Amino acid sequence: MTGIDWVLLVGRVILVFVALLISVLLYIWMERKVIADFQTRTGPMRAGPRGVLVTFADGLKLFFKESISPTNADRPVYLLAPIIATIPAFLAFSVIPFGAPVVIFGRTVPLQLADLNIGVLWVLAMTSIGVYAVVLAGWSSGSNYPLLGAVRSTAQMVSYEVAMSLALVAVIMFSGHLKMSEIVAQQDKVWNVIPQFPAFVVYLICALAEVNRPPFDLAEAESELVAGFHTEYSGIRFALFYLGEYVNTVTVSAIAVTLFLGGWRGWWPFHGAAAWLGPVLWFVLKVTAVIYVYILVRGTLPRMRYDRLMNFGWKYLIPFGLFWVLATGAIVVLPDRYGHRRGAFMAVGIIVAVWLVMSLVKQLLESPRPAPASREGLAT
Amino acid sequence: MNAHEYAFVVVATIGSIAAVAVVTARNVVHAALYLVVTLAAVGMTFLLLGAEFVGWVQILIYVGAIVILFLFGLMLTKAPIGRDTLDYQNRAVGAVVAVVVAIGLGSLILQAWPLASTPAAPSAPGGSDVLGSALFNTYVLPFEAVSFVLLAALIGAIVLARRDEGT
Repeated sequence: MTGIDWVLLVGRVILVFVALLISVLLYIWMERKVIADFQTRTGPMRAGPRGVLVTFADGLKLFFKESISPTNADRPVYLLAPIIATIPAFLAFSVIPFGAPVVIFGRTVPLQLADLNIGVLWVLAMTSIGVYAVVLAGWSSGSNYPLLGAVRSTAQMVSYEVAMSLALVAVIMFSGHLKMSEIVAQQDKVWNVIPQFPAFVVYLICALAEVNRPPFDLAEAESELVAGFHTEYSGIRFALFYLGEYVNTVTVSAIAVTLFLGGWRGWWPFHGAAAWLGPVLWFVLKVTAVIYVYILVRGTLPRMRYDRLMNFGWKYLIPFGLFWVLATGAIVVLPDRYGHRRGAFMAVGIIVAVWLVMSLVKQLLESPRPAPASREGLAT
Repeated sequence: MNAHEYAFVVVATIGSIAAVAVVTARNVVHAALYLVVTLAAVGMTFLLLGAEFVGWVQILIYVGAIVILFLFGLMLTKAPIGRDTLDYQNRAVGAVVAVVVAIGLGSLILQAWPLASTPAAPSAPGGSDVLGSALFNTYVLPFEAVSFVLLAALIGAIVLARRDEGT
């Protein structure tokens, strides 16, 4: 590593950091505008043209507000929690390739901070560390609503993490790589979203639950829990939680784009000096599209009830994720062993057969619904 | 000493201090947080040895899942979660057990890797492909045995936790 390499590395780090911050500012504005459109309001209009600077103004205000900490709080942990909320959110983004490699000063520079051999694992590790922010914030506030919110959302995040990992395992098996750049390279003909569509759906749902966004935002169900785990936070610490949540959403969308939607791949007519711009634009466009879907979901669906959320995670998403991992195994192995066409037919046949058998077994395993008379038992 | 060894010394020191803090902490949640530091230090040690996959799996499973479940259990059961002091009075037994375990593990390690033959540089990095084929070809039987034990533990937990109506 010579001086120029270091300059390029630090430059990329700063670029990603600033780009994430700006994307969060724009994303919150976009979310508020789209939701306002849903509800036939205008949304924020005052700061900047069409209110585009509203998040900046909010952040500035929060920055100068007093940070109050409750008397009962466990101070070191209370101060640590917002930091843990933000840092893994940024770190998780570091393995995502946001453009094709470019040539600067005669060196090929990948538009990615670190191309780890185990990129997907890194993402999972970072999201699981992010759970600490919720647990610690809820516990250290020394107050009941945050504690309840933290218990709820920890259970939710841990449960949906399992299903999310299963979806990612299927993609890893299909593409045969753990490295993000290799997964993007492998999607040069067909994006993974087509052969791995079930995994894509499971991933999108789990990602929503993982970042505590509506309709899975039970951690901060205002009507029940005030604001959930960050009730007692104010000022810049609250802003850090907010920032962490939105950076996480951007990261999760970027992962969906990288693993399923072909990453930065896309059609671009220009070669030469402007060739690097196309992949970056495509990446931004795809991430925006995924985020837009998330905003539409938020605007459409009501918040889920807590027991239904857990049922959905454990009884539907996780079994389906396991099934899809097995099915992917059949899809990957059989065509290699029995020739391309025959193996593919066999894989589809096995998947359908397993699906039928499982749907039969499920009927047998399900206990009959409790009779309405059992309500009396609860009352006594 | 090269850079690897300096890094190992730093990581090992932090991990050991945190390990002592786990047992001396008076607050369960603080103890769990020190445990996080210790486990992360173990993960870092794997990374320093070039075992990238094992290192991150260590962090993902132990830091990301197991300690989270500890904390979750503490919150859910309202176990001594506040500033209740945590102190187990039976120190003599604890000291004996600790010394025996330390001697046992130490002699085992010294037998397996005598001090003189310690390789200076980390051996060839164990990628996920090497690890996977070793796990599912050479060691498939122990692997299946372990997963069977885990399955039994899982079913046992469900049986214990479940309250059937009418019993």
